[in-house]
Order: sequence, then C-alpha cells, then structure tokens
Amino acid sequence: MSNGRPIPVRDGDSTPFWNGVDQHELRIQQCQACAAYVFYPRSICPHCFSDQLIWNVSSGRGRIYSYTVVHRSFGPFEQEAPFVVAIVELEEGVRMMTRIVGPASQVKVDAPVRVTYERVDDDLTLPYFQLEETR
Amino acid sequence: MKSERIAAIVGVAESDLGSTPGKTVLQLQAQAAKAALEEAGFAREEVDAVFTAGNWGWSPTMMLAEYLGIQPKYTDGTNIGGSSFEAHVGHAAAGIANGLFDVALITYGSTQRSDRSRNRIPPAVTLTEQFERPYGLPTPVGAYALAATRHMHQYGTTREQLAEIAVATRKWAALNEKAMMRDLITIDDVLSARPIAEPLHLLDCCLVTDGGGAVVVASAAAARRARTKPVWILGHGETHTHHSITNMPDLTVTGARESGRQAMEMAGVRHEELDVVEIYDSFTITVLLTLESLGFCGPGEGGAFVSSQRTAPGGDFPMNTNGGGLSYCHPGMYGIFLLIEAARQLRGECGPRQVPEAKLALVNGTGGVLSSTATVVLGRD
Ligand SMILES: [Zn+2]
Repeated sequence: MSNGRPIPVRDGDSTPFWNGVDQHELRIQQCQACAAYVFYPRSICPHCFSDQLIWNVSSGRGRIYSYTVVHRSFGPFEQEAPFVVAIVELEEGVRMMTRIVGPASQVKVDAPVRVTYERVDDDLTLPYFQLEETR
Repeated sequence: MKSERIAAIVGVAESDLGSTPGKTVLQLQAQAAKAALEEAGFAREEVDAVFTAGNWGWSPTMMLAEYLGIQPKYTDGTNIGGSSFEAHVGHAAAGIANGLFDVALITYGSTQRSDRSRNRIPPAVTLTEQFERPYGLPTPVGAYALAATRHMHQYGTTREQLAEIAVATRKWAALNEKAMMRDLITIDDVLSARPIAEPLHLLDCCLVTDGGGAVVVASAAAARRARTKPVWILGHGETHTHHSITNMPDLTVTGARESGRQAMEMAGVRHEELDVVEIYDSFTITVLLTLESLGFCGPGEGGAFVSSQRTAPGGDFPMNTNGGGLSYCHPGMYGIFLLIEAARQLRGECGPRQVPEAKLALVNGTGGVLSSTATVVLGRD
C-alpha cells in the first residue's frame, strides 16, 4: 500500500484508464457524437450528453496549463516535498492533474511536456510528465 | 435599489473562536445559536427552519436540530463548502418569499484546529477523486496555488500584489479584538514567509481555527418583532462550476461572475453604490480572483486594484473589515463569518473598524477549490 499513499479504486468508469497506465498507454475517451475528447473517464459526454464514448490512445504530449511547487504536504507525501504538481493540457484538448519530473526550476506554464510512467510500487503506476527536450 | 423588503437578517453571533479544546461542533453551534436568537429577541420556539452545513454526521441538520430541541418545518443541509451559508441566506429568503416559514436559523461549527482534521488523508480514493489525490496536491492550498500561477502567467500579477491583500486584512484585524492575529505585517513579511505551495506562502493562507457562528433570518413580519434593526436581504445568487480543480473551466475566473451578477441585478445595485465588501479570503488569490469575477475591475486588473493598500482601513475600498479568514478566524467553512461582519457593519456596531455610513454591503462566499460561489447583497433602512 505504498506507505499509505492514496490508491485509486478502479471502477466502471476508470478501469480502462488505469489498465492502460499499467501498460504504459495513456487512454482517453472520445465522444462519438460531438468528437470532443473527455477526461476523466465517464459514461456520458459532458459536452453533448451522448452516451457513445470510445477509448483512444493519447499522443501523451501536451503543455503545462498551470503548476505549483509543493513545499508542505501531508501523510505519505510529506517526505517527498518539494515536488511539482501540474495540470497538463493534452494535445487532444483535455486537462489532467499530474506530477512533473525533473528540475523544478525549469518548469514553466505553457512548457511542452510528454507522458512518462512512474512505478510507485507493485500496486500503483501513475502517468507523470516530463519536459520535452528543447534546443 | 430593490424596494421589496421580504426577509432580513435579525440576529448574528459567533461562538468561542480560536482554539476550543474539549468543545464539540454541536456545543459551538448551540452557543452561537443561543446568542444570535437572544440578540434578535426571539425564543427558540419561533425558529421554524434550520440550515447548516457540515460533515459531522450522516444528516447534519437532523442531528443539530435534535440537539437544539427544534422540530423544523423546513430544513436545508446544502453543503457547497465555504459559501454554503451565503447560499443558505438565499434559500431562506426564497422560502420566506414563498411563505414556507418565518424564522430561519443558520449555523456552523468546526473544531478543525483541535482535531487537526486537515492532516488526515484516507488511503483509498474513489470516483472522480482518484484522478487527483494520488499526485499529493495538498488541498485546498495546492489548488489555489495552481490558480495563482496561472493568473500570474496570464496577467503578470505579482506576489507583492497578493501580499497587499494580506497586509491590508491584518490592519483590519488589528482593530478587531476577536481577531486571532493582530500584529501588523509588511509586504516583506508575506514575501519571506515560508513557502507552502508556490506561489503561495504561509501569510497568503487563511488561519486554521475552531469556531462557530449563527445567523437568524426573519420574514418582514417577524423582523418587526425583532430587537435589532433589520439587515435586508436585497439580492442573492449562487453557482458551482466544478468539483475538482483540474475541471475548473478557467483557473482565473470564478463563479462569482454569475452569482455576483445575479445578486446585484436582483438588488438593483451598482458596484459604486456598495459601502463595504466582505469577500471570502481562504487565500490571497481567492480575493483577487473574486474582485475580478464580481466585476469590481476587469480580468487581470485585480493586482493593480488592491495595490497601495486600497482595501485597508482608510482606503477607498473597505474589504474584509473583521480581519478575514487570513487574520481573524477560519474554522474550515468561513462563509458564515462574512455575513456576521456585514450585518454588524450595516448596524453600525463595529467600533474602531466601523465603515462610516455603511448602508449597502456585498458578501461573497467561495467554497471548495474555487468551486462554488454564493453572493448576497445586504442593506439597511
Ligand atoms: Zn459529446
């Protein structure tokens, strides 16, 4: 149980997503009616209310919409601080919360990032993002 | 201004504030409820509607009403976080307008400081929270930090501008003997305080205290029997835009844009007519975003708006006159204290911190992670 780190409870909406992460695939839904991408996964499109959603594999590329360097956290995260939590906007247009790996000083809003998979322990792999190499 | 006078706040009170070891959330609410009803001159038996927001039982309103010995004919446990009580005032006004009840008791109580409830993180996360909690963002502060970073990026807002809010609010607290933190602070103090979740540092964040409050809302007929001068509910509005911060449509705009517009249209008041403004200040950034969303200034202009201690005592925009959640008290869901202070300002009872000739007040609660807002416009005769 990874030192009490919160473990997602896989359910009727989220199981395909987490199974994908286990296989290093970032799966997001797309609405068949309005073509919008949807994240987090759900049974109904929040844009047009269609219930026809299919799973696609994301490019795993996006940009940082916002971030914070966390200096003080609690419980299992206390010892990890400082760390960077961000909201990333994927190329497909959806946003997700994540961690940014690498030096915090280089993290900026709008910086391009791509997904990487962090194996926290036997029970939990999470999609993190890293800054794209820029020349 | 709207001519109809349908419902009014006729009693307000705090419980003990700060650190209340050994007290329960029910004791704090009973203490505040008793004081607010006594101030109004109403007997407990006259209360026919009960409103509260909490998570101390599976049905907080039923537990509270039973404890107080009230069998209400109307009950409302709407919990949209810190703005719940502004929503309750709106709901009470709507119920009174429809003749459903005459006297509503709104209460809140929290012992979060004594229980240190914020430090607990349950191990399993379900439903939509599973897409955020595993990343370790401390809530709520981390979510507000994300909003602050985005606002700074989009508009060039600075930490100094956010600090102006904390410094001005502390000046008001220095004038309020009930405030927990009364020593004046400087912009440099705010900038050099230890970082919590960048760009927010310790003095950008609200206090963590115990405390409770109560507000009594009465119909116009009942208000005529009250001992206090009525504080009329002239307009109200509410909304929520998201639950988790990742799903906030725009990290720089809160629902106050809608709730504020609705409340001000209902009241028929313009921004420049307001004498005093009480805005939820869980964090300095909460205030800045809310001022913009309410339309006191344009998008991105909040930093300039609060500069030069404009919101401090003596400034031309008196705001958070009790010292706010930043310096007076903040027992988790702070919204009820905004209403208490606005009512006292409109009744002219605030002594050294009294805003001269205060006739019209705007109160805006914000709950969750910038998730919900509820706005109330109040006025005296
Ligand atoms: Zn759709």
